[in-house]
Amino acid sequence: MFNNFFHKMASPKYFYRISGILIPWLAAGSALLFLAGLYYGLVKAPPDYQQGDSYRIMFIHVPAAWMSMFIYMVMAGAGAIGLIWRIKLAEIMAISSATIGAWFTFLALVTGSIWGKPMWGTWWVWDARLTSELILLFLYLGVIALYNAIDDKRTAARAVAILALVGVVNIPIIHYSVEWWNTLHQGPTVTKFDKPSIHLSMLIPLLQMAVAFKLYYAFVVLMRARCEVLERERNTGWVRELAEKT
Amino acid sequence: MNLNEFFHMGGYAFYVWTSYGIALFVLLINVILPILQRKKILGRIARAARRTRRNTA
Repeated sequence: MFNNFFHKMASPKYFYRISGILIPWLAAGSALLFLAGLYYGLVKAPPDYQQGDSYRIMFIHVPAAWMSMFIYMVMAGAGAIGLIWRIKLAEIMAISSATIGAWFTFLALVTGSIWGKPMWGTWWVWDARLTSELILLFLYLGVIALYNAIDDKRTAARAVAILALVGVVNIPIIHYSVEWWNTLHQGPTVTKFDKPSIHLSMLIPLLQMAVAFKLYYAFVVLMRARCEVLERERNTGWVRELAEKT
Repeated sequence: MNLNEFFHMGGYAFYVWTSYGIALFVLLINVILPILQRKKILGRIARAARRTRRNTA
């Protein structure tokens, strides 16, 4: 049964139909969690004893940074699946993820910079965490540029998958940069689950925002993937029929 | 807490609201772009289909 499900999902036509049903639900879930996260994060949570209200930037900065790495792993994973099993839909998911990943990386860098100014006294330092995250942005931009530079989309997808896989080496560097090097960036406070050094009133909105971002990514990547499916399948009967109905 | 205090953000209003503003922009643009792109692609495919039908008729 599972085999059958995956086989069907790999068919572009079936994917287009199912994703069309999923998108509004994922979008609604994401919107609800965003509202909850904003309310608990901006209104309910108390100011930080050291950083005052400036720490509230965390509720977008941290989820955006998590997403920048999560989406990269999805992109590299989908790319590898496309490379090995030649599944068209995996290639489509990989390239659709790249643009969104680049936007989230940009968001993490910019909000970090805006948070850094009042707290560190500078918009930017070349420290390990910031530099490796900037390299992540360049990796995403490289993937997008490479994909657009090659006309044959299947060849392009293969080239992109290899570049994405090589870049995976950067992900643990970002994650451990605050432990391996002396950085201005603070160490982890959430991922040490034995005793997270963040108060529950701040952890809850942070997690709400993190899940909101995940659901947001899920529906936006499906929207992009649907465009890519239409583009690649433009000569098939079902796409033509769909185009003429709208 | 009153509304003024809320918008003031303990003196960090500029930093906090700029960050949230940019986040809103990024979240909106990533929804709007694929919607526009889908319309554009479908329009292009429909025009191409009409053209080939006319040429073969």
